[in-house]
Amino acid sequence: MAADKVDPIHQFHIIKLIPINIGGYDLSFTNSALFMVATVFVAAAFLFLTTSSRSLIPGRLQSVSEMAYEFVGNMLRDAAGTQGMKFFPFVFSLFMFVLVANLLGLFPYFFTVTSHIIVTFGLAILVIGTVIVYGFMKHGLGFLKLFVPKGVPLVMMVLVVPIEVISFVSRPVSLSVRLFANMLAGHITLKVFSGFVVSLSALGALGVAGSILPLAMAVALTALELLVALLQAYVFAVLTCMYLNDALHPSH
Amino acid sequence: MFVTSAFAQESAPATTEGDTHFGTGVPAEAHGAFPPFDPATFPSQLLWLAITFGLFYLFLKRVVMPRVGGIIDVRNDRISQDLDHAARLKGEADAAVAAYEQELAEAKKNANSIGQQANDAAKAEAETARKKIEAALDEKLGEAEARISSIKANAMKEVGTIAEDTASAIVEALVGGKASKAEIAAAVKSVAR
Repeated sequence: MAADKVDPIHQFHIIKLIPINIGGYDLSFTNSALFMVATVFVAAAFLFLTTSSRSLIPGRLQSVSEMAYEFVGNMLRDAAGTQGMKFFPFVFSLFMFVLVANLLGLFPYFFTVTSHIIVTFGLAILVIGTVIVYGFMKHGLGFLKLFVPKGVPLVMMVLVVPIEVISFVSRPVSLSVRLFANMLAGHITLKVFSGFVVSLSALGALGVAGSILPLAMAVALTALELLVALLQAYVFAVLTCMYLNDALHPSH
Repeated sequence: MFVTSAFAQESAPATTEGDTHFGTGVPAEAHGAFPPFDPATFPSQLLWLAITFGLFYLFLKRVVMPRVGGIIDVRNDRISQDLDHAARLKGEADAAVAAYEQELAEAKKNANSIGQQANDAAKAEAETARKKIEAALDEKLGEAEARISSIKANAMKEVGTIAEDTASAIVEALVGGKASKAEIAAAVKSVAR
């Protein structure tokens, strides 16, 4: 029983809440789906309710919403120019979704949506898919200039073009794995140190005294995880902006 | 998709290793794989991600972003409006100051000219008064001189008669005869000359 609680992997288990099976595919409403709904609900409700007064002079919560909006807007404008602003709703949704999912995951007993590779990979594929579709739609085959850097001698092209192709293909992987691995590793570490506190304090007075160190570690790690949650949402959004810039201006 | 399946394959040995490392000895669940790499959960997660994220995107695009953007635009408009207003007021104030200074300069100029005029008028008046007094003085002087000269002439005339009388008396006393009055007058005249 204690071992089950200390298991650092336990928190990542998918539990079916409402089993749904369509055409042989398991499409159940799971705890992961529940927390996706919660993430969306919390983020949307926060943005909606804090701005409902439309004050000219914003209150604290309204300025949080405005800051997030302007932060992402400036990030996108810096990376992709004013042309990139057509993707603003997309990037802002991504940023808010990842941010709130990461932050919700920090609560004990909560499921972390972004600690599953398929979720982060789905988001990354969405980003790269947008880049590819929009790039070909706007530039046609000119989008392939992305893989041919300017001012490189023809002989070097043989070497450079495959490298560029590989780097482009690995983008969705690096984008998704970065977020997933950060969340996974952080939560496992947090759980391991918290587990030490529980198992050490079961050993009597000496154990309780000894558990102070891992407890302090767990507190410090929680702060670190808060930083990581914010930082990874930011990194995800920044990289999305940079990739969208490639779709807008393929010849660099 | 091929990437994730590759991950899933890689993860299988890694997870068993992890399990023994953490020493939890949890009996494998239905699938036995490390949960994030369990392909059985993928369709459900992708579906719900698509549904939730899609709705979230639509909600943000249709409702939240126009609203927040509107708030910020209204504020920026208001700020620029207020700045324009302030600039206009400042312009008006500057114009008022310039007009005031111009009027002040004009008034100063007027004051100078008025002062100059008054000065000139006063000088002219003083000059005429002086001239009048001088003329009056000259007149008086002339009168005085005329009186003096007439007095002198009278006196001289009297001196002449006195001299004639005296001369006739002297002549009488000395010579004993009486000299004619005309002779004596001629003699006195020749002496007086």
